[in-house]
Amino acid sequence: MHSNPHSIRTPAARVRGLGSARSGTHHFWMTRVTGMANVVLTLAFVMIVLMLAKADYAGALKIVGHPLAAIPLLLFVGSAAIHMRLGMQVIIEDYVHSEGAKVALLMLNTFFAVAIGLASAYAILKIGFAS
Amino acid sequence: MARTGPTERPLSPHLQIYKPSITMVMSIFHRITGAALFFGTLLLVVFLVALASGKSAFDQVQWIYGSLPGKLVLFGYTWALFQHMFGGIRHFIWDTGAGLERGTRMKLAWATLGASLATSVLVWFIYLAR
Ligand code: HEM
Repeated sequence: MHSNPHSIRTPAARVRGLGSARSGTHHFWMTRVTGMANVVLTLAFVMIVLMLAKADYAGALKIVGHPLAAIPLLLFVGSAAIHMRLGMQVIIEDYVHSEGAKVALLMLNTFFAVAIGLASAYAILKIGFAS
Repeated sequence: MARTGPTERPLSPHLQIYKPSITMVMSIFHRITGAALFFGTLLLVVFLVALASGKSAFDQVQWIYGSLPGKLVLFGYTWALFQHMFGGIRHFIWDTGAGLERGTRMKLAWATLGASLATSVLVWFIYLAR
């Protein structure tokens, strides 16, 4: 920062918000919150997949459409989508240093996470409401 | 970013300088499995969208997932999920300030790998036995 040497702004005020993502602790904290949620939801997700073993089309609809499976699945894809977006953001910031490519990839990252989350949610709700 | 100018300033040591250790490998695994899960979530979305679309789409996806390459990818996804989950729990332990001593660090790293392998095998054993 080539700022005015006579500036009255404190050194902290001059650098605050200038990290590669323009923010910090909130990102860290949301990664922990969604990571924590992911532990419980992953276990539920794996149990639902185990129940789906050998299920045919009608059986799978019945299992996924049950609220006790549909709700944990919705929570899992929601939490995972937020968490993986935050995680991939850090990976992009670590390895992509050209400003243009970084901004483009960060944008794609968000699009991907939102698409994954909404497509899954749409499918789960459709199955649930139809059963 | 190495900028070699008139003053050759020392760079901080990077990967190739250190002797590989299990903690280092587990750290790398956490990032790789995180990135793999990012794309692996597509496996779940494809399954759900196929199930919501109808019987022919569902049967097609089931056929692909049930093939040998399909099963191998799914086993990889299972392991990545558990490796990353146990790795994440290790991060939560560190966040409290615990588990950073040399001995504990090594034990936690090996425990992460052991737990992820054991859980993946157990889940697939249950899956195939059903
Ligand atoms: C299952 C429970 C999970 C836990 C406990 C967990 C925990 C964590 C934690 C604590 C971090 C931050 C690591 C750090 O600060 O260096 C992280 C990073 C990450 N996670 Fe997860 N996570 C879980 C599931 C997932 C899932 C399902 C995905 C993808 C769909 C995912 C994708 C990522 C990615 C891409 C990163 C960034 C990796 C890096 O920066 O090296 N995680 N996870």
